[in-house]
Amino acid sequence: MPDTFQLEVATPERLFIDEQVLQAELPGRNGQLGILAGHAPLLSALGPGVLSYTRYDRQQFLAIDGGFVEVFENHVRVLADHAEFSYDIDVAAARRELDEAHDALRSAQDAPASEAANHAIAKAQARLDAAARSSGETASS
Amino acid sequence: MPSLIDLRRRIRSVKNMQQITKAMKMVSAAKLRRAQEQAIASRPYAGIMERVLRNVAAAARSTEETADLPLLQVREEKRIQLIVVSSDTGLAGAFNSNLFRMAQRFVDEHHAAELRIEAIGRKGRDYFRRRNFNLTGEHVGIVDKPKYHQAAEIADEMIRRYRDAETDAVYLAFNEFKSVMAPNLRLRKILPVELPENADLQIDYIYEQPPGELLRTLLPRYVELEIYRALLESISAYHAARMTAMDAASSNAGDVISDLTLTLNRVRQASITREIIEIVSGAAALG
Repeated sequence: MPDTFQLEVATPERLFIDEQVLQAELPGRNGQLGILAGHAPLLSALGPGVLSYTRYDRQQFLAIDGGFVEVFENHVRVLADHAEFSYDIDVAAARRELDEAHDALRSAQDAPASEAANHAIAKAQARLDAAARSSGETASS
Repeated sequence: MPSLIDLRRRIRSVKNMQQITKAMKMVSAAKLRRAQEQAIASRPYAGIMERVLRNVAAAARSTEETADLPLLQVREEKRIQLIVVSSDTGLAGAFNSNLFRMAQRFVDEHHAAELRIEAIGRKGRDYFRRRNFNLTGEHVGIVDKPKYHQAAEIADEMIRRYRDAETDAVYLAFNEFKSVMAPNLRLRKILPVELPENADLQIDYIYEQPPGELLRTLLPRYVELEIYRALLESISAYHAARMTAMDAASSNAGDVISDLTLTLNRVRQASITREIIEIVSGAAALG
C-alpha cells in the first residue's frame, strides 16, 4: 500500500495545492476527518475550519470555508469556496472580523441574519485557528 | 485633384490611427492570455465538481431524494429569466451584436412567456434599456476581471428568485471562446438544473451525509460555477474578437495608406511634369 496520496485543494479561482502528502485532516461537517493513504472512496461536505496536511515531516495549515471533499483512488480532492494559507492570514483583520460578526449576531433580528453571522464567526474563527496552530507548530519545532 | 498638403495630412492621420489599432490589438492579446489563464485555473474545480455531481445525483436518484429539491423542480415556463453576458466596451466587431441578435430571437420565440433580463456588461444594459425590456438587474464593471464572488452573488439572486417561484426558468446567453477567429454563441438553461446523466463508472462512495443533502448544497454551487465560467468564457471571447477586429482595422489602414501614397505620388509627378512643360514652352517662346 502506498504511504502517500495526492492532495488537491481547488477553489473556483485556482488550484491551491496539488502535491503528495502523508496525512491530511479536514473539517468535515459532521466532525474532523483524518485521511491517510489508501482511504476508501468518500464524499463529505466541509464546514468552515482548518485543513492541515503533512508533507514529509512538515505540517501546513489552511483556513477553508465550506465546500466538499472527494476521496477516490488515493486522490483527495477538496473543493473549497475559499482557501487561505496560514502564513497569508492577517490575524488582526481576522480578529476584527470575528468581533464584527459577534456584533452582527447580537443585533441579528431574524433567522437568516443570525445564520449569516454564525457563518461569519466560524469563518473568522477558522482563520484565527489556522494562524494560531501554524505558529504553535513552528514554536515547538 | 486634392492638393499635396491635404494628401500628406491624410496619410499622417491614417498612420496615427493604424498605430492606435495596432496597440489596441496588442493590449487585447495580452488580456486574452490573462483571461485564458484564469479560465484554465478554474478547470480543476469545475472538473471535480462535474464528476462529484454526476455521482451524487445518481446516488440521490436511486434513493429518490431528488424529489423535494427546489432547484430541480421543473415548472411550466411562464416567467423566464434571461441572463445576457455582454461586454462593457465595444470595438470588438460583431461580438455584442451577434449576442443581442440571438437574445432577441430567444425573446421572439418565447413571446407567450413573461421575459425578464439580467444584463451583465454595459453594452447589454444599454441595448435592453433602449428597447424597454424588463430589466431585473444590471452589472457593469465586473466583466473585465470576473471574480468568483461576483458571479456567486448574481447566481444566488437567481436561485432565490427561482426558489421563491418568481421565475420558472433561467437561461444564460454568452459568447464562448472557441478560437481566436470566431466566438461561439451559447444559450444554456441553468435553472432548473438538469442533472447530468448517470456516470459510466459508478463510484461506491462512503457518504458522510445523505446524497440528497449533499446535492442540496452542491446545486447552488454548480449554478454559481456555471455563471462564473460563462463570465470567463465571455471575457476571453471578447478579447479574441477585439484582437481580430483591431487586426482587420490595422490592415485596412495599411490599404488606405498605400492608396493615398499612390495618389500622392501621381499628384506630385503631375505637378513636376506641368512645371517642366511650362519651363520648356517658356524657353521655346523666347528662342
